[in-house]
Formats: sequence, C-alpha cells, structure tokens
Amino acid sequence: MHVTNTSAVVLQQVTKRFQNVTAVDAIDLDIRDGEFFSMLGPSGCGKTTTLRMIAGFEFPSSGVISLAGAQVEKVPAHLRNVNTVFQSYALFPHMTVAENIAFGLEMKNVPRADIKPRVDAALAMVQLGNYGARRPKQLSGGQQQRVALARALVNRPKVLLLDEPLGALDLKLRKEMQIELKRLQQEVGITFIYVTHDQEEALTMSDRIAVMHQGKLLQVGSPTEIYERPSSRFVADFIGEANFIDGVVTDIGAPYCTVRASNGLELKGMLQGASSVGAAVTIAIRPEKLRLTMQAPENVFTLAAKVEQVVYIGSDTRLTVRLSDTITLDVWEQNNRSTLDRDAYWQRGEQGFVTWNPDNALILTA
Amino acid sequence: MTVVAPDETPLAHQRQQRLRLWLLLAPGALWLFFFFVLPLLIVMLYSFATPGPTGNVIWQFNFDSYITLIGKDLYFNAYYRSLWVGLQTTVICLLVGYPLALYMTLAEPKQRNLLLFLVLIPFWTNFLVRTYAWMIILSNNGLINDLLQWLGFAKQLLYPSAGAVLVGLIYGNLPFMVLPLFASLARFDFTLMEASADLGAGRWRSFWRIMFPLTVPGVVAGSVLVFIPTVGQFVVSDLLGGSKVDLLGNLLQRLFTRSNPPNWPLGSALALVFMFVLTLIVIIYFRTTTEEDR
Repeated sequence: MHVTNTSAVVLQQVTKRFQNVTAVDAIDLDIRDGEFFSMLGPSGCGKTTTLRMIAGFEFPSSGVISLAGAQVEKVPAHLRNVNTVFQSYALFPHMTVAENIAFGLEMKNVPRADIKPRVDAALAMVQLGNYGARRPKQLSGGQQQRVALARALVNRPKVLLLDEPLGALDLKLRKEMQIELKRLQQEVGITFIYVTHDQEEALTMSDRIAVMHQGKLLQVGSPTEIYERPSSRFVADFIGEANFIDGVVTDIGAPYCTVRASNGLELKGMLQGASSVGAAVTIAIRPEKLRLTMQAPENVFTLAAKVEQVVYIGSDTRLTVRLSDTITLDVWEQNNRSTLDRDAYWQRGEQGFVTWNPDNALILTA
Repeated sequence: MTVVAPDETPLAHQRQQRLRLWLLLAPGALWLFFFFVLPLLIVMLYSFATPGPTGNVIWQFNFDSYITLIGKDLYFNAYYRSLWVGLQTTVICLLVGYPLALYMTLAEPKQRNLLLFLVLIPFWTNFLVRTYAWMIILSNNGLINDLLQWLGFAKQLLYPSAGAVLVGLIYGNLPFMVLPLFASLARFDFTLMEASADLGAGRWRSFWRIMFPLTVPGVVAGSVLVFIPTVGQFVVSDLLGGSKVDLLGNLLQRLFTRSNPPNWPLGSALALVFMFVLTLIVIIYFRTTTEEDR
C-alpha cells in the first residue's frame, strides 16, 4: 500500500499485543482526507485499541501509522495533530466549559488574544454560546457531549477521533446527535474516525465503514457495500439480519453459481470472492429481499414454503417460513399493499411460494 | 403526595425525627463536652492563674504567664522551631508520599492491597518501640554506620541530632500522608490525563494542571494530619534529638512535669497561644488551597 497525499491516516500491518492477547492483528487501512470513517464491531474486536493507537495512547507492537504522510507510531499523544472525543467525555471538572475548550489552545501556546474568539466560535458551533462560564457538572449529558466535541474541534485537528461518543445518551438524543455530528463533519471538513458497536449508527453517518472482528479487519466499504455485498458470514450477520443456508458449490457460472443445500435443494446466487466446485459455502439472503406469494410466479425460480410464524409490527410483517425439515427463512414484507389483498395477511400454517432475485443471494466463502 | 400513617401528623413525625437525631448525637456530644471542652476551659483558667512555690496553682488571676511568653526568646524559638520541623516533615512526607500513593493507585489490585497492607503494618507496633528502633539504626554502632564503615567511609554522628528527629518524624507520619492521598487518587479519573495529553499537554503540565488540582483535597487532608501532630509532639524529639532539639512539646512537657517547680499556668498559656497559632495556619491553608473549587 502506498501513501497518497489524499490520505489522512494510513495503517500498515499494525498489530497490538497485550501480554499474549493479540488485540489488533496486522491491520491495513487507508482513511481519506475529509472522510467520515467508522470502525464497527462487537466489543473486544480491537476497534478502540486501533483508535487509541492513532491517538497515541497506545503504541503498536509492530506496523506503521502515518498521519498526513508523516510516520507517527512512536510519537506520544501530546505531539500528534489529532484530537479525541472520549466515550466518558473526560471533561476537566475543575475548569469551566470555556476553560476546558481553551485548554488545547493554551497548550499549543496560541496567543491569549486569539484564544477567546476561537473558544466563543467553538461554543457557538455546538450551540452552547451562553454556557462558557458553567462547570461540566452543571450540564446535561448531551451538552457535555457537545463541549467535548467543541474542546476537540477548536484545535482544528487533522483528524478527529470519536470513541463511542453517543453511547451514554438516550435513544432520541442519540439520533439527533448522529445527524448533528454528520452536519458538523461536513461543515468543518475534518476527517472523522468514529468507533461504534452500533451498526445503525455506522450506516447512518459514515462515508465508509470498516468492520472488525477478533482483532482483524473483515471488510472496508461504503454503507451500501457493507450491507448489500458483505464479504463474510460475520459481516452479513453483524450488519442487519440475514438468512443463512449452508451448502456445497455444484456449478461455477457467470453471473450465477449453483449451490446444493443440505436437503438437496439447488439454489442460485452471486459468488463473493473465489471458490470452486465442491467447496463448502454459505448462502446469505436478507429477509427483506424475499417475496412470499400464494401462487407460484411463472418463469422464476421459486420454492414452496409453509408459514410458521407471523409477527405484525405495523410497518412490516415478519414471517418465518419453512422450506424443509432443516431450513427455515425469515421473510420481511412491507405492509404497502392494499388492505383487500389476500397476500398481505398471512396466517400460520398456510402454504406459499418464496421467490428471490439471485442477485441478492450471496454465496459466501468465509 | 407523601403518605402519612393515620396516627401520625407530619409535625409529630418531624418532632420524632429530631428526637432521634439528638439521641444519636448525645454520646458524642457528651464525650466532647467532658473530655474536650471542659478540660480546655480549665487550661484557659490555669493560664491566667499564678504558679505556686511547690508547683501548685494559686487562684490569683493575672496576665503574668502571657507576658513571660512574649518576653523570652526561648518560647519564640520553640514556636519557630516546632513550626519549621512540622513544615519540613509535611513537605518531605508529601514529596515522598505522593509518588507512593500514585504508584499504589496504578498498581494491579492484588499488588495494591499488598502495598496498602505494608503501609499500615507499622501501626501494629508501638510507636515508642519503632522510635527506639531508629535509635539503634542511627546509633554509632548501628546499621547505617556499619554500612558506611564497610564501604570505607568514616563513621558519622547520626544520633542524637536534628536530622534524626526529622527522619523519625517522617517515618512515623508518612502513612497519614499516604492514606488520604491514596483515597483522593483512587477517585481520580485517569482518562482525564489522556484527555490532557490529547490536547497537547506533556506529562508534567498534565500533572500540574489536571491531576494535582483534582487531588488537592487529599494533599490538604494529608498535610493537616501530618503537620498538627508533628508540631505538638515531644517523644521523637526527646528520644532522637537527645536534649538538643527543643520543640514546643518538649517545653510543655517540662513545664508541666519536669521543671522544679512545675509551672502549670505558664504551660497552659504556652499551649493556648500555640493552639491559636496552629488554628490560624490551618484556616489560612484551607482557604488558599480550596478556594478554586468553590
């Protein structure tokens, strides 16, 4: 991988070991300038450790980290041009909001006359113009979150690191802050690296997402790529929901390949990555890509199915249908049909036909 | 809406609460009255009385004792020396105790408990015995002089001396500094140090701007706990200083018991003035160190 001048952060073979645990395992990343980049994964996947290595709180056991083209993996945190928004906010309790925000500028010996206008501008940016004289304790969680953001952004860092910054907020506030953060990021044009375990949050805000699992980087891509074309079973399972059918490849074709499932059914789908006839694979299909009808549609691949469970949730109806003794599928139907349409109201035990576009059936090798 | 039991009006409830509070406070209040306030009043009374020829107290009231105090350098010097020794002990305990408390805070839980245990262990031995131990360690044929000799240096007169007194005082008082500091540091959120570094502050600046101000309560508590007893003590200066180091406690002890005849009124006046000075110092100290947080 080579470092281009449009890269904000580049990680090359970055590994971090704690005693005998490998927290981050040979990661390569190229985060572009001005990008909203998320690192997504379950807790313990190494995403926070990666962020802490970019911030300079941890040093990699091996590998290279570059910030704006300069190698920094051994540079201590206080000399790096990045700033962090901590999960716990980490506001200084003995200082006012304004003093908190001014701290970084003071440490960089910005002239006193310049500090006040910059602090005021930062406060205005996060809509806390009148709160400069307060103590952090006197603010709500959401307001403290904004102060933490202002305290970081006032330094005009090359990269802003955010470690699950919305984790402590309630759902409604979290949704508001997601939009707010995205707006801010576009406004200031700073590269954001955002660590979260919340897939919806990552999909909502990110230009690109990196999915991590057990210290390894599984996939990097846009939200659509990650959701529509997951490269592995873990990614398909972690982001959104998916039906999985195990099988063996019987034919490699273009554009579709054929897989024989455990019960002998032959299914078609798109191969993700490379495989060969006889290899064990998994087919992943998102439940909203499936269609359940009373009559078998003509000239399309379809399978007979029996409705086992019906859960009506207002906007959607979530069905579980059985194809065979061993295979069931989740089918999500949007309730957008006429209320007179018989197909819109499935009952347990009814027989129907499941159809899908083989473009949406992904054959996963990992 | 508060739910009130049918036979109980809010007022009666309140009265009962107050009674309960007084009952809880009574033992402590009585104790303090009989064993603190009353003796203090007696000492005050003594300080204005006249010393008798056999060490008795004659109930003739005047300011003679206070006038004697002001008139003689001996007493001023004792105040001065005591405060100075107290200050040195406190500062050195702080300089030694802060890093130790910090190390304990950052240690693994298992190691931390061991260290806490080690800090507390000296309390299990009588303080006098521990001070005698220092006499042996510092004596002419003691551990340190043996070591010096073995290394090829000349023997030093380490005991009795002012330095020996200081060593004894620091040794005896260090736990009183370490424990409040440890309590303060244990409550400190170390993420703040990362935040400080993240904002461009080096370790030293992070310490002075973030960690130290936020652990000031521990520093204040530890300093007061070390300073007050050190300034008033007489055992360590007596045992490790020979009769060379005359601190206030030694003077007091002599005035009350050893001098011929004892002079209780003068001793009482000396003690009261000193109490006043100490209170003043502690108030000023509290004011200057905790102002920022108000």
